Amino acid sequence: MSLDRSDVEQIAHLARLQIDAADMDAYSNALNRILELVDQMQAVDTTAIQPLAHPLDAVQRLRRDEVSEPNQRDTLLALAPATEAGLFLVPKVIE
Amino acid sequence: MFDLTLAELARGLQGGEFSSTELTRAYLQRIKTLDARYNSFITVTEEQALAQAEAADAARAAGAGGALCGLPIAHKDLFCTQGVRTSSASKMLDNFVSPYDATIVSRLKTAGSVMLGKLNMDEFAMGSSSESSYYGAVRNPWDSERVPGGSSGGSAAAVAARLTPAATGSDTGGSIRQPAALCGITGLKPTYGRVSRYGMIAFASSLDQAGPMARSAEDCALLLNAMAGFDPLDSTCAERDSENYTAALDQPLTGLKIGLPKEYFSAALDAGVAEQVHNAVAEFEKLGASVKEVSLPNTALCIPAYYILAPAEASSNLSRFDGVRYGYRCAAPVDLEDLYKRSRGEGFGSEVKRRIMVGTYALSAGYYDAYYRKAQQIRRMIQQDFINVLTEVDVIMGPTTPQPAFRLGEKSGDPVAMYMEDIFTLSLNLAGLPGISIPCGQTRGLPVGLQIIGHYFAESRLLNIAHRFQQATDWHSQIPTGVEV
Repeated sequence: MSLDRSDVEQIAHLARLQIDAADMDAYSNALNRILELVDQMQAVDTTAIQPLAHPLDAVQRLRRDEVSEPNQRDTLLALAPATEAGLFLVPKVIE
Repeated sequence: MFDLTLAELARGLQGGEFSSTELTRAYLQRIKTLDARYNSFITVTEEQALAQAEAADAARAAGAGGALCGLPIAHKDLFCTQGVRTSSASKMLDNFVSPYDATIVSRLKTAGSVMLGKLNMDEFAMGSSSESSYYGAVRNPWDSERVPGGSSGGSAAAVAARLTPAATGSDTGGSIRQPAALCGITGLKPTYGRVSRYGMIAFASSLDQAGPMARSAEDCALLLNAMAGFDPLDSTCAERDSENYTAALDQPLTGLKIGLPKEYFSAALDAGVAEQVHNAVAEFEKLGASVKEVSLPNTALCIPAYYILAPAEASSNLSRFDGVRYGYRCAAPVDLEDLYKRSRGEGFGSEVKRRIMVGTYALSAGYYDAYYRKAQQIRRMIQQDFINVLTEVDVIMGPTTPQPAFRLGEKSGDPVAMYMEDIFTLSLNLAGLPGISIPCGQTRGLPVGLQIIGHYFAESRLLNIAHRFQQATDWHSQIPTGVEV
């Protein structure tokens, strides 16, 4: 199936990506080319084949519930675009 | 001095022929003079390099120092380096100074290596040409009108141009092996889980693996000795004992069984590449190996499966870049959604946005079974093909890439044409297997790479096979025309 402009706008919204209107056709075309490529998979019979999520079929390793990391609040906050009183600052969410 | 390998430089330092400070100064000067041609470095860390070199010289004088004591290296710019910008070649992280070291960075530091700087790459490691970097395209030292490959193109170009004796790279679909092939150097992608991913900026977490890029298999073994091994900070790191990868380098190849997959030698393969690969295989026969044809029937399916799985994982991994905690933030956001959308829309380049959108679509409600689940089933089929063949033969050999280095701009307008570049490398990431690319000849004045694929955790064997080839031939010591040493 082929994606139209409004499909691509919806995908961009889901991905929280601002795409300039002028670039929208180029993205639609590229996405359709890529989907055409991946649609080659649909011709393959995969009945009864177990999906492979991870090459080593590993299980999640657990550790003791103990504090192992030092407090780096100031170091990490220094990387943020905007902070106030030890918190990350974003535009007002609730009026 | 610039044509010496890591192993040779180590002997020079040991024998007192030069100090690490002298060596480091010389490389820093060379980068300053020559890198404008290649654009292989994003950041040169002169001050830290000289401090590390002095410390290495002092350690050596005191009879101490690790296995890589005083040897200069450089890191792909997606490995976190404490106090140094770590950009992943993206506007999104142009202002990001990492608060910590990646595990491989700290291990290589502990072994005594000196960091010259951070290397250019495709943005967030998404690409096969190193043209999508926010800092501009990298150029191939063999022909500056051609790409060095990608995504570890800065690493490969810098090693080929003798701007650093060795580098780190990362490989999600061929990003160590393909640029190594196109620049005429040696690059190893270890088994998934062999090397810690902690502090490596994530692209597709079930495929990503870090590895060494250098001028010889011996140098890659020296680097892997420091890089590999269990790390509790990476939950997918394999719980296995460390190995000494240099110990088995000289083992004879008598009795080695090599499989050549018929699907890798189709009519679409460049004739010059095919010829050089066949010559290399003949060399291995002279070294005592036997050769047979094998089949990996699902080879062509690795591209569609990969271009669902990798973007799906990427769309999830890259959701962390939201303009709130670190990285780029757009100017004057009107509300939170505007902040997210414009920070991401302005901070990411077009290939990264395309892949995030493909992944978002593949994971969106109603499409999961048709795309993501289907791709994971094909992933199992591809893995099974390799497991079957690796019971018949010890290693699989073939070309690393379908053609030698292509021209800048030749494929950058068409993502699908670019994706085809990785047809021989992607499947190893899907299966999690190790592979090494070594220079095995030249066609039209450009290097050709031979890929050697082994069973899980067979890095030692791959390095041994590559080393014996490099003892018998001199393709790995060819210097690009125009690169003075």
